[in-house]
Amino acid sequence: MAPEPFLGDVDRTPVTHHILSVLVENKAGVLARIAGLFARRGFNIYSLAVAPSEGQARFSRVTIVVDAESAPLEQVVGQLNKLINVVAIDDIAPKDALERELLLATVQLDDENRGRVLGLVEVANASIVDADADSLTLMLAGTPSACDELERALEGFAQVEIHRTGRVALPRLTKTEEN
Amino acid sequence: MKLTGAQALIKSLEQEGVETIFGLPGGAILPVYDPIRESSIRHVLVRHEQGAGHMAEGYALATGKPGVAMVTSGPGATNIVTPIANAHMDSTPLVVITGQVASASIGTDAFQECDITGITMGITKHNFLITHADEIPRVVASAFYIATTGRPGPVLIDFPKDIAQSEMEWWYPESVDEYDLLGYKPEIVLDQTSIDAAVALINASERPVLYVGGGTLKSNASQQLLAFAERTKMPVVTTLMARGAFPDSHKQHLGMPGMHGTYSAVTAIQKSDLLISLGARFDDRVTGKVSAFAAGAKIIHVDIDPAEFNKVKIATVAVKSDIATALEAFDAAMAMPKNLDPWWETLHGWMEKYPLVYAPTDDPALLRPQEIIEAIAASAKPGTIVSSGVGQHQMWTSHFWKFEEPRTWINSGGAGTMGFGVPAAIGAKAAMPDRDVWCIDGDGCFQMTAQELVTATSEGFPIKVAILNNAYLGMVRQWQEMFYEERFSEVFLDADLPDYVKWAESMGAVGLRARTIEEMHDAIRQANEITDRSVVIDFRTPASEKVFPMVAAGASNDDIMVHPLQEAK
Repeated sequence: MAPEPFLGDVDRTPVTHHILSVLVENKAGVLARIAGLFARRGFNIYSLAVAPSEGQARFSRVTIVVDAESAPLEQVVGQLNKLINVVAIDDIAPKDALERELLLATVQLDDENRGRVLGLVEVANASIVDADADSLTLMLAGTPSACDELERALEGFAQVEIHRTGRVALPRLTKTEEN
Repeated sequence: MKLTGAQALIKSLEQEGVETIFGLPGGAILPVYDPIRESSIRHVLVRHEQGAGHMAEGYALATGKPGVAMVTSGPGATNIVTPIANAHMDSTPLVVITGQVASASIGTDAFQECDITGITMGITKHNFLITHADEIPRVVASAFYIATTGRPGPVLIDFPKDIAQSEMEWWYPESVDEYDLLGYKPEIVLDQTSIDAAVALINASERPVLYVGGGTLKSNASQQLLAFAERTKMPVVTTLMARGAFPDSHKQHLGMPGMHGTYSAVTAIQKSDLLISLGARFDDRVTGKVSAFAAGAKIIHVDIDPAEFNKVKIATVAVKSDIATALEAFDAAMAMPKNLDPWWETLHGWMEKYPLVYAPTDDPALLRPQEIIEAIAASAKPGTIVSSGVGQHQMWTSHFWKFEEPRTWINSGGAGTMGFGVPAAIGAKAAMPDRDVWCIDGDGCFQMTAQELVTATSEGFPIKVAILNNAYLGMVRQWQEMFYEERFSEVFLDADLPDYVKWAESMGAVGLRARTIEEMHDAIRQANEITDRSVVIDFRTPASEKVFPMVAAGASNDDIMVHPLQEAK
């Protein structure tokens, strides 16, 4: 009998992760250069978020959560720095990072679960952004761990579609601020 | 002044001082081949695009200037992927121009379309797809700047056919500021703190070794190395990529380190208390088992590429600098190790006990590959350039050719590309027409790229090729003999098929064959006398000859196997 296909590690967040906030020139293929570098060097990406940034058309901000156990951070940063289109790299340690992520989820409602879903929205501090007769879409903008918790809670419902953006981060202004 | 994109490309190459392009035309690059007719640039028409790439590498390694190759889209581009990968591994400056289908056809699976920027992303220092004719000067200037500064490497420019045919108003960037390279800042400011820390380590060392890598040649630091080594009396080892950076004849030179390094070089590193890495990268072929490599040594790692620091071995002190500048800074600080007399006493003991040897023979009918190389080297003029393919013959050439000058050794190190030798020799000859260029090749390697001897003949680049013909893929055979219980598998090639003499003659070269020592000397003499044509000598050598010393793959360098002749000692 054939062995089960190897699916790799499915952990959500590595024990030791780092956040790299990478400013790149908005040139063709720049995301492929970054993704290709991580793939060929064996660095693990846990989350990736990309959007236009300072100077709009000129730059993009790529926020990469890397598994610092898959490779020394110094190596990841050093190799990234060699990409010609990479302009600047901010390495933000998790304890100094203000991390946020967006979660969108559409839940099928019925008479039995309606109350529990609405309760969950309230408890999780999420908001309802769309609804029709038998389903609603909720949104949570929060810490990655808050998104994790909400995702776990939503797993208890029968029909749910969950999308997460991957996280973005900025350095904390004060090191003592509560997450 | 209005120019077509094709004219602008050629004019930009002229602006960059390009004198020679190695290439082969085809559909997508066709417009560029028209203005070449009027250009000052010499185009060398190769017979296969891989040849163009390796010739450009040979040109670059012999001169230090960037090599330039130009090919068409699709298969033309994929055929030059191997040389690009090879140049990337060995940090050789190349600019490769590939034709591309017209912009509007990109992504439609057009005839001879391939995503060459995607394919080469991981094996170039950078690549460009030109999207507008106005960008041609900026891209070409940037490509040369990137290829030749910092840690050098290959840069590819993908050039769609419609851009070549469109018009632009000629301009050329006047300074780096106009290159638009916001993320590329190769200038390095020497960190005096790291220099001070390195000097302190040197001053405290009793058993230092200078581990000299290819970066020393890229940095043109041979003079600084010689001065520093002689002042401090430190022993020197030169890696396969650095052969010639320090004279082999120098009494402080221990030879090459690594899997097939000399006993003295390998063991000196193992027993050192300070390893000073100068533009080397702790390649697995040098370190063997990493945890056992130079286990008692502190490490000063000097490199222009900080991503090399702590990649394989943790550096005690990392110095981000080119090699010449760092050596000058060490000298300026009068870095000086402790009294090295005891260390040299040990080193001399190893050097006397374990020199490079091969089994002597009284049989004049038996040719040893090592003595062929020694005989050619002995007959060669000073400054002769020698290239090789990859395998046993490459190791023997590194062992038995005495390299005295930088940039006289042209070989494929990191990638280990069989077939590199002949086209790389032609590229070196194109760059240095007044020098003799020998290619010491294996029979397996020769068969991979020998057709470029047609290019050598038609373009007037006479080289000399010594095929060490043992009828086998010799290095693989050696491993099968030693590690697979002599279960030889798919390594026999046949010494007489092809007929190398007839093949050479069909390509306009002189073909010679040597089976005995007398024939060997005669053939070498003839080869040295013939200067207007290439010469190929088919030397018949025994298949059983193996490369020693050897460290088995993955083993500790402490477990180096010396030549069987030396085992009893």
